[in-house]
Amino acid sequence: MMKPKMKSFKMQTKSQDSAYPTVWKKSPFIKNDFLRWLVFLCIALYLAAALGTMDIDLNRIKEGLPRAQRFLDSFFPPNFADNRGVVWEGIAESIWMAIISTVAGIALSIPVGLGAARNLAPAWVYLICRGIIAASRTFPEIILAIFAVKLFGFGPFAGFVALALGTIGFYAKLLAEDIENSSPSQAEAVKATGASWFQWVNYSIQPQVMPRMIGLSVYRLDINFRESAVVGIVGGGGIGATLNTAFSRYEFDTAAAILLIIILIVMVLEYASSFLRKWVQ
Amino acid sequence: MPTYQTSAGESWKHRTSREQWIRWFFWLIGISIIAYAWQMISEKTVWFFVVDAPSQAADIASRMVPPKWSYLNKLWKPVWDTLNIATLGTVIAMVIAAPVAFAAARNTTPNIFVRTLALFIIVSSRSVNSLIWALILVFILGPGVLAGTIAIGLRSVGFCAKLIYESIEEIDRTQVEAIEATGASGPQKMIFGILPQVLPTIAGVAIYRWDINIRESTILGLVGAGGIGLQLNGSLNTLAWTQVSMILLVILFTVFISEWVSAKVRGAII
Amino acid sequence: MLQLSELKKRYNTGDYALKGVTLDIPKGQVLALIGPSGAGKSTLIRCVNRLVEPTSGSVKLKEIELTRLSSSALRRARRKMGMIFQEYALVERLTVMENVLSGRLGYVGFWRSYLRNFSSSDIQEAYRLLDRVGLKHMADKRADELSGGQRQRVGICRALIQDPDVLLVDEPTASLDPKTSRQIMRLIQELCFERGLTAIINIHDVFLAQMFSQRVVGLELGNVVYDGPPDGLTPEVLTRIYGEEDWSATIKAAEGADDEAEDEEF
Repeated sequence: MMKPKMKSFKMQTKSQDSAYPTVWKKSPFIKNDFLRWLVFLCIALYLAAALGTMDIDLNRIKEGLPRAQRFLDSFFPPNFADNRGVVWEGIAESIWMAIISTVAGIALSIPVGLGAARNLAPAWVYLICRGIIAASRTFPEIILAIFAVKLFGFGPFAGFVALALGTIGFYAKLLAEDIENSSPSQAEAVKATGASWFQWVNYSIQPQVMPRMIGLSVYRLDINFRESAVVGIVGGGGIGATLNTAFSRYEFDTAAAILLIIILIVMVLEYASSFLRKWVQ
Repeated sequence: MPTYQTSAGESWKHRTSREQWIRWFFWLIGISIIAYAWQMISEKTVWFFVVDAPSQAADIASRMVPPKWSYLNKLWKPVWDTLNIATLGTVIAMVIAAPVAFAAARNTTPNIFVRTLALFIIVSSRSVNSLIWALILVFILGPGVLAGTIAIGLRSVGFCAKLIYESIEEIDRTQVEAIEATGASGPQKMIFGILPQVLPTIAGVAIYRWDINIRESTILGLVGAGGIGLQLNGSLNTLAWTQVSMILLVILFTVFISEWVSAKVRGAII
Repeated sequence: MLQLSELKKRYNTGDYALKGVTLDIPKGQVLALIGPSGAGKSTLIRCVNRLVEPTSGSVKLKEIELTRLSSSALRRARRKMGMIFQEYALVERLTVMENVLSGRLGYVGFWRSYLRNFSSSDIQEAYRLLDRVGLKHMADKRADELSGGQRQRVGICRALIQDPDVLLVDEPTASLDPKTSRQIMRLIQELCFERGLTAIINIHDVFLAQMFSQRVVGLELGNVVYDGPPDGLTPEVLTRIYGEEDWSATIKAAEGADDEAEDEEF
């Protein structure tokens, strides 16, 4: 058995108690006092100015309350019965639109995504593909839909085009990033066998990015379905058109039913995508 | 990956024929669904318009240039409104999302009922697009910036809460255990053990969502909920194409700036 | 001081991690708990402060039965049991000082802890402890800026500022290099001696266990298979705990360790 040794740390404790500070403050995130207060002040000023633009009119809110009440009441129970035909037609149209635009969007995304990966494509292809992605990402699907409606007329085709274009910005970007993050040693090993460019992509890149991309395609299907509910507001077909009509006719019970159906389908899709992702990996 | 015997000896195929058949079967189902979907869409399409679209596009494009630069002066106020909608909407969202996230995370809320409720809030908020929220709120509150702000807020709650609660579920449990071992109470465990671990995520999510919200708030005006979308809608309705192109340029610029700002801020915090 | 009797723990899977452990640890004793991975060492010390609920049996600290305490009484009891963790378990995004002061959480109310408003005696004690382990200059660094050995010393401060009667130490050296491991073990041993603390130290390194403890308990599959002085660890005993292996080198190293340890400077 050993005796404890008191060699290191000689008794330096008891005698100099007063030497230790008795106050301690956590040092703030921004060390410079002046700068910190300046930042606080700016935030406060901004919030005041921003709230000022809200033009909060208490009377109008008071007027709105009974309407909010009416809207909430219409959820208990929602009305699935009237307009049933129109609602189901809209839902079906939205689902077809979401499927087609996802498939077409992904088909277009694959070449763009390959081209936008720095480690695969030559510089000029890279720049063009990145340009396509940036253009598609800047404008929300709804603005794309407005233009699609102007070009292709009212109806689901316009919505399909808008969503497919929107899909490129999302899917090609993530595909490109995933390819850029894939293991270079695996790619090198396959290249060393003398594989052609397509063989190389097929054997070294595809297996690495595939699982995540399958998961993302279901996720994008989910997004496209949700978006299909709004492109209808500007004339792009789908359940959004039905919803818009229900609102403008003050048929809130139908609107509530539509909203509940949308939520339900999104939940199913979300569950399906998490299930699929697990299954693929 | 099976090997099998042929007259020439052992051979190898990528898949067994059974696997191969199952694969073909799924492909067949998938393609039939796509074909059917396409059928449904094309039934409702006037192909004459589609064929005519390229010339239409060229026509509109020629009308859009040059953008009407003088219109810019009328756009500062709507851009400012758009910015405020996005920022205050994000603030509202974060205030609601943080407690909802803690209520939805398995490790902070063992109560199944509370968790289900929180998850339901998250899903409903996420499934309903901000434009639909705006539609509802414009009806309740009347048109204006306020309806847009609340719409953005309500839409963002689900998104933010989802990302935050996932990060709460991934925290390092031993750090919390260490705090628990000191005799800390439940709320103290939260403040000292859990919050420091998820704070960076919360900040990151807020900035990320703010960036998305800038984009979303540019279109809320289409249903009357304020911001630059209001001008866009007006210009589209009056076929003032040079104004439309000016507005699109401004949106492009705003989105670009917001992306730059959020990248900078995220870099500074994390 | 600390008495465990017939302590059993059965996990939901149906496996017994502890199959009836009885130990009586007098005040001031430093006890090393050795055994292979999965022997139940971690479970044993977590059953003492009930981070893991024991299935049956009793744990008494100063005649207080811990297994039946209500949650608020348990929190009060935990204040008297400092714990040191395997991977330090510091809250990495808090500063060193906050980590040390978090040891006082059982003593202060919620709002005071939220506002980091600790009493001046707590703060003084925190500085004294940090100085004792040689980290006073690091007080305002964030915990994730520290090296492994430094983090473990902060962990020790956090346990000591609780003013505990017992230290529960879970594999304190598992992620440290050999030299730092010894420094940490020596520090724990010295501090226990200074303050008359009882300690249970889980450790899988037999050699360190022999060097720094007064009593060794060997655990195998939830049973105590050895309980005695460190120099009673013969090859036969080690075989009983860990299974068949050539133990001669381990024993020899421990015998030579006394002199070697003297020369090391902290």
